Amino acid sequence: MIRRILATTVKELLQLKRDWRTALALLGMPVVLLMIYGYALSFDVTDIRLGVVDQSRTQDSRRVVEAFLKSGYFVQRAVVDDSRPLDNLFTDETIQAALVIPSDFASRISARRTTSIQFILDGTDAQTANTVLGYARQIVASQIGGLYDIEVQAAYQADPLVWYNPDLKSSIFLVPGLLAFILMVSSVIATSLAVVREKERGTMESLRATPIRAIELLLGKALPYLLVASVSAAGSLFLAWALFDVPIRGSLVWLAAVTLLFLAGGLGWGIFISTIAETQQLAFQLSLLSSMLPTLLLSGFIFPISSMPKALQILTHIVPARYYISALRAIVLKGVGPEVWWPQTAALVIYAGVVLLLATIRMVRKL
Amino acid sequence: MVSATGLTRTFGQFVAVDRVSFEVAPGEIFGFLGSNGAGKTTVIRMLCGLLRPTSGSGTVAGFDIATRSAEIKSRIGYMSQKFSLYGELTVDENLRFWAGTQRVWGRLFEERREWAFEMTGLGSRNDALVADLPGGFRQRLALSCALLHRPPVVFLDEPTGGVDPEARRRFWDLIDDLSAEGVTVFVTTHYMDEAERCHRVALMHAGKLLALDTVAELKKIFAPGSVLEIECEDAAHALDDIEDLPGVIDAAFFGNQVHAVVTAPEIAQTIQQSLESRGFAPVKVRPVPPSLEDVFIRSIREAEEGREG
Repeated sequence: MIRRILATTVKELLQLKRDWRTALALLGMPVVLLMIYGYALSFDVTDIRLGVVDQSRTQDSRRVVEAFLKSGYFVQRAVVDDSRPLDNLFTDETIQAALVIPSDFASRISARRTTSIQFILDGTDAQTANTVLGYARQIVASQIGGLYDIEVQAAYQADPLVWYNPDLKSSIFLVPGLLAFILMVSSVIATSLAVVREKERGTMESLRATPIRAIELLLGKALPYLLVASVSAAGSLFLAWALFDVPIRGSLVWLAAVTLLFLAGGLGWGIFISTIAETQQLAFQLSLLSSMLPTLLLSGFIFPISSMPKALQILTHIVPARYYISALRAIVLKGVGPEVWWPQTAALVIYAGVVLLLATIRMVRKL
Repeated sequence: MVSATGLTRTFGQFVAVDRVSFEVAPGEIFGFLGSNGAGKTTVIRMLCGLLRPTSGSGTVAGFDIATRSAEIKSRIGYMSQKFSLYGELTVDENLRFWAGTQRVWGRLFEERREWAFEMTGLGSRNDALVADLPGGFRQRLALSCALLHRPPVVFLDEPTGGVDPEARRRFWDLIDDLSAEGVTVFVTTHYMDEAERCHRVALMHAGKLLALDTVAELKKIFAPGSVLEIECEDAAHALDDIEDLPGVIDAAFFGNQVHAVVTAPEIAQTIQQSLESRGFAPVKVRPVPPSLEDVFIRSIREAEEGREG
């Protein structure tokens, strides 16, 4: 049994070696994706164009403005006076945010009376607006109170403390999702294509006339891709740590264990697809639709599940990446143990079990 | 070594194989002759345990095909119609993989690899990618891959498709050698010259077994001298006339000529005269020994007439 699995694995590895395009895609794509998400598609917002309406014109009010500018997120684009109304600056996109300091700001501060400053945001891009709001809140909370030795109260009720990712860097948030994405793609697509390729070429027919069992063939085929996917994942994690300072706080052993579990489900799904599809093209499309897109859209990778419509939220429960990503975030970013993420792990076990069972039933029936 | 009793397989309404029965002796070269879609491949797939018979039964190497396919699979070699090697792997890598599927490894593998190199003449090219080899070599390599575990029975499904005549001849020399060593060879083909090299031939048409015997016996359905070869002008039009002549049982094209099956060789003269009088001159008529193709065409005609009648 073991030797026949190995014979298949050796063959698959040789084929992968000769088919350098696929090998390159499997190993190179994660790096490219990581670069894209890490640099280009970053949700971090910097150089926010700020308009300043300083009606106080005092030493105190200038210190507030300075605090914003020194944070590195904001650049001052306009000093607003009566000659140019604020809404004009917003509509022609000269500024994205405005800071309004009332004329009695300094006097109220020195009198130790409650005062407020106004922060106006261009909300057309909700994602950016949210991020900027987060920065503003953080600056007010952490800087301004100290300046005057006063207590700062935001006008809205919210906890301004951000744990685990205090700088709200999106790379830290995205890396676990990216790992899930890479693993899903290489496991589902690569496995389904590897099996369907044999069907398309007719070699499956010859294989079926040999004593090799379906399970031996499948394991033999899955192993190399498991290996490649693991190398990819480890590489991505290393790059994320080296380039984007993603902290790895938790145990690597747990990380590997949960990852293998997730991969098992992905491989099972790939095999299941290969029992349905007769051509590589169809297998590719089915894999794309059933694994890549849900992993991208319905797993909380990019779009938070909590802000999805109810129907979609229910749908996310059958997307394994959802559990994997949240377990991964718990392990990598929070460094917590299984007592926290065991429900996600249980969900992954159930998923892998069901999918592998389905795949085996389909395979056996075909023989 | 291989037997079938009333073997039948349907796909929906379509009867691909219709109550086929036969018996193959050890060491025999058993040919299945028929056009595409006659059901040859379906029979092989059932015997190899790749397809469940709808009804009927069969045994291969003493094991029931319906229940003991695992035992059968380790005792047969199978070369499917489709190319069964990996083009992007080398000769050596292909041999190693296919040997692995049959539990042939270690010292035994080294031994069998030597044998395969000898048989295929590929020893010097064992590092070549299979995709770069000429068709004849690939065919011989595919055969050796199916024989690495020394199966007593080998099923070859149209093994020489798309291969040049010289390579086909070499391939059949290998089949003769196997048979001499006692290996049972079950081979399908639609080449008549290949069928002539089989010990016994089964004629298959539309799922049915029309005839089964040695080539010499099969040819005896014709009385001596009862097949005439007619060479004339405009054979396409002459065919209808020939069929209607008295004493002609059947007529069919055979290359550029017409082969006519007649009640007695003596009517050759009459045929020549009547064709010449109808403007098909010059006409040459001579008796020829029946070919397997004559037998095949005759059998199909008889089967179809029988169905109509």
